[in-house]
Amino acid sequence: MTKYAKPLPRIDEESKGYWEACRRHELVVQRCAACGRLRHYPRALCPACLSERVEWQRCSGRGAVYTFTVTYQNQAAGFRDALPYVLAYVELEEGVRLLTNIVDCAPDAVRIGMPVEVVFEDATPDVTLPKFKPADDRP
Amino acid sequence: MSALARAVIAGVYEHPTRWAPDKTQFQLCAEAARGALADAGLTLADVDGFCTAGVGPIGIMTLAEHLDLTPRFHDGTNIGGSSFVAHVLHAAAAIAAGLAETVLIVYASTASSDRYAVGTGGLTLGDAPDQFEAPYGPTVLNSYALVAQRHMHEYGTRAEQLAEIAVTMRRHAGLNPHAKYRDPITVDDVLASRVVSSPLHLLDCCLISDGAGAIVVTAAERARDLARPPVRLLGGSEGLCHTAMGERDLLAMAAAQSGPRALAMAGVTHADVDLCMLYDSFTITVLLTLENLGFCARGEGGAFVQGGRLGLGGTLPTNTDGGGLSSNHPGMRGIFLVIEAVRQLRADCGPRQVADCEVALCHGTGGMLGLRHSGVTLVLGR
Repeated sequence: MTKYAKPLPRIDEESKGYWEACRRHELVVQRCAACGRLRHYPRALCPACLSERVEWQRCSGRGAVYTFTVTYQNQAAGFRDALPYVLAYVELEEGVRLLTNIVDCAPDAVRIGMPVEVVFEDATPDVTLPKFKPADDRP
Repeated sequence: MSALARAVIAGVYEHPTRWAPDKTQFQLCAEAARGALADAGLTLADVDGFCTAGVGPIGIMTLAEHLDLTPRFHDGTNIGGSSFVAHVLHAAAAIAAGLAETVLIVYASTASSDRYAVGTGGLTLGDAPDQFEAPYGPTVLNSYALVAQRHMHEYGTRAEQLAEIAVTMRRHAGLNPHAKYRDPITVDDVLASRVVSSPLHLLDCCLISDGAGAIVVTAAERARDLARPPVRLLGGSEGLCHTAMGERDLLAMAAAQSGPRALAMAGVTHADVDLCMLYDSFTITVLLTLENLGFCARGEGGAFVQGGRLGLGGTLPTNTDGGGLSSNHPGMRGIFLVIEAVRQLRADCGPRQVADCEVALCHGTGGMLGLRHSGVTLVLGR
């Protein structure tokens, strides 16, 4: 098996709940248990009220492309051999946006507003990355 | 009148080099410092405040050592390419507070001769959010492309409109003997250049060069008997945009925060601005900055930049040196925005001179537009 060449997340105390969920193939976002505000990326204290009472909310995994770009040039290791690729913000049904890749789709076919659903890429035995593909059940 | 009025810009220097494989970054810094001090009629012995960025996290000490400076005020704020615009503000605040009398701001980079891929080298800054971003391949360039795509989607902005910005900057560069690229280009040339990150073409992107520049800010009283007429600091402010807990409006820039504050402090309106110097890392940066500064309404940037408005002779001449798109871009270009504004206000610009240039607005954008970026607005007057 070839070594995974792209950067991997450096998982820390504030983020491990998110990445552990990804390993279970579950997408979660944090909700402040004090003020109810959703937030992504995860962090220990809520920036809205500074409470450290955290809930992890499991997401449906569905959302829509908020914006994207087909990247044809990136000299960094792991990416230079994977061109072109689609970098995107996906807006989850729950409301927050996350940076990700759109996969299982011709880059030229990606559109803003396109319904997408999460797909989990097991990059290494320890790290699973959430990515998104066109939703099967497009309305 | 704001406390900024206690300080003035007394000297500027833009290094003519765009390719300096035979020189170090620090040598270029020293040459730029020498140029700006000579322009001001001052010497290194007059410098008691020092600002720089892009020399490593605490490299300001090493660069001060290289120049044998022992300043009583230093500022190594690094908020990306806008850092040096912020340094002018910080220098003025320090002078107004009595922390320094004469502040030297200096920048140099050999990005081009080092073959440093400023925009497309991948991004791993070692910050906490890296783990949620770096695995997906963000670069400086594609972070701006994400915003351009969204703008096109929301407002129907067209590639031809972005291209006109690049064409205008290139026309200005043709009047600047030091600009790296001076041959005219057309909208069709921009559209025919390869797409590097959709919807941005190669000619929507700033170039990469070596380069250096320096600015001397001094107390207004000290400037009265100096070599050149001082340029006044009328107003300024800073701003920041980030992912905002996952709810960021991607078309809102830090410029919308800093711009109105800077104009209000200066006591001028958009109609008073004779020259804009806007960080043009990419064509979309210029278009979106104009909207966010309030020169046109949100979504109207595409139409606003058409018809030669930003060109010399237009109603809002912008980036008269050719900008980062055509003149120079060593990685953090903010210092050159201020330098060209000062040259225009002094009427030093020869064939590219803006007639009766009395008020200039500089706006630096630093960082990755679609991830997190800084904005610094500075309003200058003669």
